Amino acid sequence: MNILVYIELNEGKLKKAAFEAACYGGDLAKQTGSTANAIVFGETNEDLSTLGAYGISNVYHVINSATYSFDARAFSKMIAEVVQKQSSDILIFSNTITGKSIAPQLSVMLKAGLVTGAIELPKTSNGFTVKKSVFSGKAFSEINILTEKKIIALQPNSYNVSKGEGSAQVQSMETSSPEVKVKVESVQKVSGEVSLTEADIVVSGGRGLKGPENWGLVTELAQLLGAATACSRPVADVHWRPHHEHVGQTGIAIAPNLYIAIGISGAIQHLAGVNRSKTIVVINKDPEAPFFKAADYGIVGDAFEVVPKMIEAVKKIKQQA
Amino acid sequence: MQTIFATPEQGKEPTQQKSDMKILVCISKTPDTTAKIAFTDNNTKFSGDGVQWIINPYDEWYSLVRAIELKEADPSVTIHLITVGGADCEPIIRKALALGGDEAFRIQCEENDSYVVAMQIASFAKSGQYDLIFTGKETIDYNGSSIGAMVSAALDLPFVSHATKFQLNGNNALVTREIEGGEEICSAALPLIVSCQKGMAEQRIPNMKGIMGARTKPLKTIEAESHQAQTSISNFDLPPAKAGVKLISPEQPEELIRLLQEEAKAI
Ligand SMILES: Cc1cc2nc3c(=O)[nH]c(=O)nc-3n(C[C@H](O)[C@H](O)[C@H](O)COP(=O)(O)OP(=O)(O)OC[C@H]3O[C@@H](n4cnc5c(N)ncnc54)[C@H](O)[C@@H]3O)c2cc1C
Repeated sequence: MNILVYIELNEGKLKKAAFEAACYGGDLAKQTGSTANAIVFGETNEDLSTLGAYGISNVYHVINSATYSFDARAFSKMIAEVVQKQSSDILIFSNTITGKSIAPQLSVMLKAGLVTGAIELPKTSNGFTVKKSVFSGKAFSEINILTEKKIIALQPNSYNVSKGEGSAQVQSMETSSPEVKVKVESVQKVSGEVSLTEADIVVSGGRGLKGPENWGLVTELAQLLGAATACSRPVADVHWRPHHEHVGQTGIAIAPNLYIAIGISGAIQHLAGVNRSKTIVVINKDPEAPFFKAADYGIVGDAFEVVPKMIEAVKKIKQQA
Repeated sequence: MQTIFATPEQGKEPTQQKSDMKILVCISKTPDTTAKIAFTDNNTKFSGDGVQWIINPYDEWYSLVRAIELKEADPSVTIHLITVGGADCEPIIRKALALGGDEAFRIQCEENDSYVVAMQIASFAKSGQYDLIFTGKETIDYNGSSIGAMVSAALDLPFVSHATKFQLNGNNALVTREIEGGEEICSAALPLIVSCQKGMAEQRIPNMKGIMGARTKPLKTIEAESHQAQTSISNFDLPPAKAGVKLISPEQPEELIRLLQEEAKAI
């Protein structure tokens, strides 16, 4: 068997999700007695041979005019070529915006069964079964892939990154350069922000914070903890915060190590997107708020009094460190 | 970083559209967001017992409403709705028709595998010669996020995912899409497939006229093509219950920080 991992770059840099995908591919190779190789598109200053320490044997690096900006159709065609050349059987993607727009294309092009949002290594002793979270984190499902070729899109923040020894062989690879039909006209990045789906810690605010002018509490605590910021749906609906911070069943589903919810009631639709967080902290002045039932730690109190004290306490431990 | 996030008013802007445009909107049925999640048949099937079914929110709030706005800007636009599923999808598609759309189609088929569903939509779309195909960014039950991209591959049409804004200029679309940590504006010529999310449009509630009108709008049933499923569901499982919350006095937030550091090892 032969595993091919699509390694995503963000502005030419290897993302955390890319290391997770590499480790997942590497571990699956060990489990099935095969090798894991990687494919990278576009220019980068990173030393791609370091992927060897995460379980990758060969890195195929493709640079051509179609790799400069992202067109899902063009990227899928180039990946399909590499799969043919390398006779890969199993493809691994990150279940990011990019992964979600190319993995399903390859599923059709290669007639390869697909599971998106995988959270564990597949069971391969009897068939090929992949576990994913469904109902936006309210349940799990195990899916059998019935086809010979298989594709898995790994949910970010679900698989441990462990660095070992070794260095990968990096070789540049030629593919055709498919016509780019979706042209990127402009990019607007909010720089310096921690990506929400990859963040270890997320600090989130709800309607209990009363207005956008009070968000300094959330952003300051987040900054001190190196956390990403998020919000409940009504907060994004009234434009106190941007849409891309909206977490929950109809927003983004996240699974950080630590989720701190400030002034959020914990409605079922909100919990759906965050209940896979390892540790949940709730700050709410209402002891009856449903969020406390889903929390590990809680403070029943006024956020405007509690959070500034939390900020001071974090500053103190950061100074000691 | 900006702190004021302006309301996108794209629905009100005059869009320059190509006339007689045909839009296909994919509609999926999902359990209501408050539905109790339970399973039957030895944990292999979702239990529909007492469950209220709704239009998948991404399909309804964003892709359907944006298509309706495009038609409001230019009445020569035709909107077709498509759903793949059993007869139990019909109340959902009627509800969608009450919001807008000219005609609906249901492909009679078990909707168990994204690939099979996407193949049905692709083959229907091919014969309909649509200029635009809208899907939601995912369904809130299986969270597959795959249909739009699969249809794009099957028809070899360009695809833009996670769109937050969509505008037309003649035969060209200008689409804003979410990317990691920001937004990207891209352009593409029609025909095009777009998966839609928050920002595309504002949620609407059907009015009485819409609801009455929906009853007489055509809803055709179509036989499915035969396609081999690529996956099957083995089982479902619920997450383990939480052990219970540890409450800390509001006077001692530093104790919370200590626990997070020493006990949970989370900071
Ligand atoms: C179909 C559907 C989909 C939905 N999808 C989502 C989703 O994806 N994500 C989502 O978040 N919501 C979603 N919702 C909305 C959800 O039902 C709730 O309405 C929403 O999550 C509530 O947001 P909130 O907790 O910020 O506000 P509220 O419910 O108003 O809660 C505010 C909380 O702040 C507390 N509070 C007030 N003042 C203070 C203070 N000074 N200090 C501390 N605490 C204070 C209050 O006790 C209260 O618990 C959805 C709803 C529907 C119907």
